[in-house]
Amino acid sequence: MTEQLGAEAPLATTIVTTGTGPVPRLRHRMSAVAGVAVAAAIAAVYPLVITNPTATNFGVVTLIFVTVASAWNIFSGYSGYLSLGHAVFYGTGAYFLCVAAKDWHLSGAAVFWLVPLGGVAAAVIAVPLGLVALRVRRHTFVVITIAFFFIAQLSASNLGVTGGSSGILVPVPGNWDPATYNNPFYYLALIIAAATVALAWWVRRSRFGLQLRAIRDDEDRAAGLGVRAMPCKLTALVVSAFITGMAGALWVFFIGEAFPQFVFDPLFDLAVVLMAFFGGLGTVAGPVLGALILEPTQLWLNLQQSNSYESEILFGALFLAVILFLPRGAVPTGAEYLTKWRARWRQSHEDAQ
Amino acid sequence: MGTEIAHAIADGILGGGVYALMAAGLTLIFGVLDIINVAQGILVVLGGYLSYVLSVHLHLDLLLGLLITMPAMFVIGVVIYWLFIRPLRGAERTSMTLLACFAVALIVEGALYWRFGSNFVSLSASYTVSSVHMFGFYLSDIYLIGFGLAVVAIASLYLILYRTKFGRAVRATMQNQAAARLIGIDVNRVAAVTFGIGTAVTAVGGMVFGAVSGGFNPNSGYDLISRLLAIVILAGMGSIGGALVTAVFMTTAEALVDIWQPNWSVAVFYLALVIILTVRPAGLFGRRAVRTQ
Repeated sequence: MTEQLGAEAPLATTIVTTGTGPVPRLRHRMSAVAGVAVAAAIAAVYPLVITNPTATNFGVVTLIFVTVASAWNIFSGYSGYLSLGHAVFYGTGAYFLCVAAKDWHLSGAAVFWLVPLGGVAAAVIAVPLGLVALRVRRHTFVVITIAFFFIAQLSASNLGVTGGSSGILVPVPGNWDPATYNNPFYYLALIIAAATVALAWWVRRSRFGLQLRAIRDDEDRAAGLGVRAMPCKLTALVVSAFITGMAGALWVFFIGEAFPQFVFDPLFDLAVVLMAFFGGLGTVAGPVLGALILEPTQLWLNLQQSNSYESEILFGALFLAVILFLPRGAVPTGAEYLTKWRARWRQSHEDAQ
Repeated sequence: MGTEIAHAIADGILGGGVYALMAAGLTLIFGVLDIINVAQGILVVLGGYLSYVLSVHLHLDLLLGLLITMPAMFVIGVVIYWLFIRPLRGAERTSMTLLACFAVALIVEGALYWRFGSNFVSLSASYTVSSVHMFGFYLSDIYLIGFGLAVVAIASLYLILYRTKFGRAVRATMQNQAAARLIGIDVNRVAAVTFGIGTAVTAVGGMVFGAVSGGFNPNSGYDLISRLLAIVILAGMGSIGGALVTAVFMTTAEALVDIWQPNWSVAVFYLALVIILTVRPAGLFGRRAVRTQ
């Protein structure tokens, strides 16, 4: 009986925590809307105000990671199925764009049309992978996703179509003005990122999102209550893969070349998971915040150091620190502190009266 | 062709012994602690580097060096458990511990790059280059020694588990942690020592791997861990005997495919994993259903 209560508690709290009464909830919602509007405005004018190519480059890559972390969260954060194989989808999108641009002789801005198609390619790959991997749970699922990752990396190194270990080039638009070269990439990344965050927000509020979170809390009970678990999980995975594939395609067009060890990078998976964990697994704002803080930091560290091992050690240490001290992420923990502080403030206020 | 196949089978079986040992450590840790130590691969590499340092700088024989590296890896395992695994509690413990192990792996990998660089090193002694003529073909001594070491280590693992009081406590913890705690077993201590034993075997694994692989660098951990994970999942998590059989079977299959398709031989592991799990999600020897939460 106690176990039953324990299992149901997380779901209950997610519903209750929207506010304490009608007035705070309204105020909360208004401040949230204002926050989103300010963030959108800053993001929209960022490359126009700060025109330094390094800064806009950071902006593009960070937005790509905002997208991927949110997409990962839509599947793994909501359903509890921790995927360490999203690089498969990222890489599929990336290689699709490279190969298609080469075979169809596309160049310049026309290559942008391949970005959504890269997402479709990743979504198509996700269906059989999901049908196999989603049959198992917990550890086994995580390990299967790792296995898929290694299969993908191995295939990229050995198949002829990917150019093997010598890599493959994307025809980059050479006639664009270097000063504003990053801007088309930036705005496309911004559109995809904004749409992904909006989707994550919508899914979390929807019936579908509730089904996913029911699966996360107790899959057998969710199935008993009439949730069709497999279609739910698979849909979430395919949607997540589609977005991740688009992000991968855009990224590879931006950097202009694809090598198996960079396109299928185990650190990519960990980075995405860390961003989601850092911000708060299963929340909408968490992965966004995690990506906005961690990716520029990572890029900046890479600029500062010529060797990669220092950032590797730092990265691992940061990950451990987050897991040990912020296990539920910055957003939920921060919100908790805020509530506690507010309650204490109100208490002292009432005492004074 | 016939001798090639026979040779591949012999190599596969002998090489499988070492993987069996490393996988046994992994599956033991899983059985007792319910965590997947994804750092096992890089710890094997670390064990290899420890042997390398001892043999190059102190001119210590590789086999004698194990007397130092094994306790060292045991202590490292206990420290990792005590600092990073033990504090993790709660509903998300399963995934958190896995990520914690991954983070530890990254730190170890970074430290190894920092100390040793990315150049490949290999372990050498008189017996790493010599070979014996046996059953009609040449088998290198180090393969035989490695296989022998693996057999001895696995046998002692079994003796510890089934013939000592500590082993009984370990098995009790594997069966039911709450009940084990109730009858007075210090579950935390059992878990720490098990984690230590599970990582101590990487010292042996690392030494043999470093001697037979023809060279390793800090990046080798990924290749190792992916094979080990495939083995323990295929075998069914927590089944030590299953891990032994599966390890030998898989390395033999890999050695056979290697004759025709050297680039794709490692894919055998993953393909077998995918196929088996679609048919039998609990793994080949898994007794417990994997479909529990």
